[in-house]
Amino acid sequence: MSTKTLAGTPVDVNDEGFFEKPEQWTEEMATEMAEEEGIDDLTPQHWQVIHFMRKEYDEKGTGPTVRVLGKSSGVSVKELYQLFPKGPAKVAARIAGIPKPRGCV
Amino acid sequence: MTHRIVILGAGTGGTIMANRLRKTYAESEASITVVDRDDRHIYQPGLLFVPFGLTHPEDIVRPRKRQIHKGIDYHQSEIDRVDVEADRVHLTDGTTLDYDVLIVASGTDLLPQETEGLTGPGWMEKVFTFYTLEGAAALEAALTRFDGGRIVVNFIDLPIKCPIAPLEFVFMTDWYFHERGIRDRVDITYVTPLDGAFTKPIAAQSLGDLMAEKHIELVTEFNTGEVDGEGGRLVSYDEREVPFDLAVIVPLHGGASFVERSPALGDDLGFVPTDPHTLQSTVKPNIFAIGDATNIPTSKAGSVTHFEAEILQDNVRRFLAGEPLEGEYDGHANCFIETGFKKALLIDFNYDTEPLEGHFPAQVGMPLLKESRLNHLGKLMFQWFYWHSLLPGRDIPGIRPDMTMAGKHRPGE
Repeated sequence: MSTKTLAGTPVDVNDEGFFEKPEQWTEEMATEMAEEEGIDDLTPQHWQVIHFMRKEYDEKGTGPTVRVLGKSSGVSVKELYQLFPKGPAKVAARIAGIPKPRGCV
Repeated sequence: MTHRIVILGAGTGGTIMANRLRKTYAESEASITVVDRDDRHIYQPGLLFVPFGLTHPEDIVRPRKRQIHKGIDYHQSEIDRVDVEADRVHLTDGTTLDYDVLIVASGTDLLPQETEGLTGPGWMEKVFTFYTLEGAAALEAALTRFDGGRIVVNFIDLPIKCPIAPLEFVFMTDWYFHERGIRDRVDITYVTPLDGAFTKPIAAQSLGDLMAEKHIELVTEFNTGEVDGEGGRLVSYDEREVPFDLAVIVPLHGGASFVERSPALGDDLGFVPTDPHTLQSTVKPNIFAIGDATNIPTSKAGSVTHFEAEILQDNVRRFLAGEPLEGEYDGHANCFIETGFKKALLIDFNYDTEPLEGHFPAQVGMPLLKESRLNHLGKLMFQWFYWHSLLPGRDIPGIRPDMTMAGKHRPGE
């Protein structure tokens, strides 16, 4: 675990840049992290996915997989890859400030 | 009063639960009704061996009804839906079943139609799955004809039944073409959406090393968006391609279709939201779930179902007696991993402990995470235990439902 400063505030992240404490997250941090991921402008569709991720995490204790995102976020899997080309589940989870989605076995 | 217990599904979980609960209650104390849509109980671990001619479809199928003990009603029909509010199941043949306790044991359905192109041109000609009896049999014929080229093995996304089976399939393919003397003419590629050979780090390392030793190529973080049977290529959502002459695909899985037709019973994928320790659903206290039908974070595998059954038997009894549920399932799973050449690995793990090296069930026993002939024999013998010990609801001597650290060690210990 290490500390990283986002939007002027220190936050706890793991080695892969995922938040350890989702409650430390703010929307300004999302904008800053999106830029680090090569996404210069967060569109309303991006925000739809980010808010969905946080809601899923609050309800289920883990972020959704790409498949659940495609089924339930209102954004299709194809569009998800256009929004987050480096992999929707991981990148959106990082930007949304939730821990890395658990792959189940 | 006679308790009414209804069990949906007569596969591994439904059969074990019916037989176990029949031992808990005399017939005057509880009626037990089991529903399934057909009378074909498949020994699913056997499906892996069919494509290689090591077993045959007729050797791994038995009638469902014959596995269910006396004093249990077996009702053959499709399930239409569960009315959670009314504690009632509607069957498509018009029957309704009222229950005091419902156990959802309806496993998982394959959803090949959810992947673009998968059931299109080339399906069952050069694109196969061994997750069905028909698919496994068709694949045997295709492998027999295959005399060189590129074989890719891919599971589209988790969850899948027995997540280790696609890996076993590549190991077996390596062995199969060695035996036929043409391994040098066959390229084998394992394509996975995960970032390694397996989900858990220590096992992923061991299995990844084994793949390299066997000259099997590994393509990771590949999320298949399309299977182009005609053009012979897998295409990922981020537009990478893997070419093939023969593709072996494990399709997406979802819960049984009646779960989706039953308001509030399932999650987005049709699995029943279930407490990972008590196995009581979070839908309603009188609904329980077992095996592949649940959403709990462990493997969808027969060993899991078997370990869950003992806990669930106790918790159903407690629930009907008005006692607190004390049974605690720990996520214990135990899987043989066939690696070809008459050898296998064994892994044993739970929610908190990933697969480790050592021996099972204790210091003296079968080696864990290492190839051995003993494990291969264990895997073969298991079919006998399945029909004669597991399904009837007997305990296997020396094997407990909770995982033990005896015989295991962490790296460096």
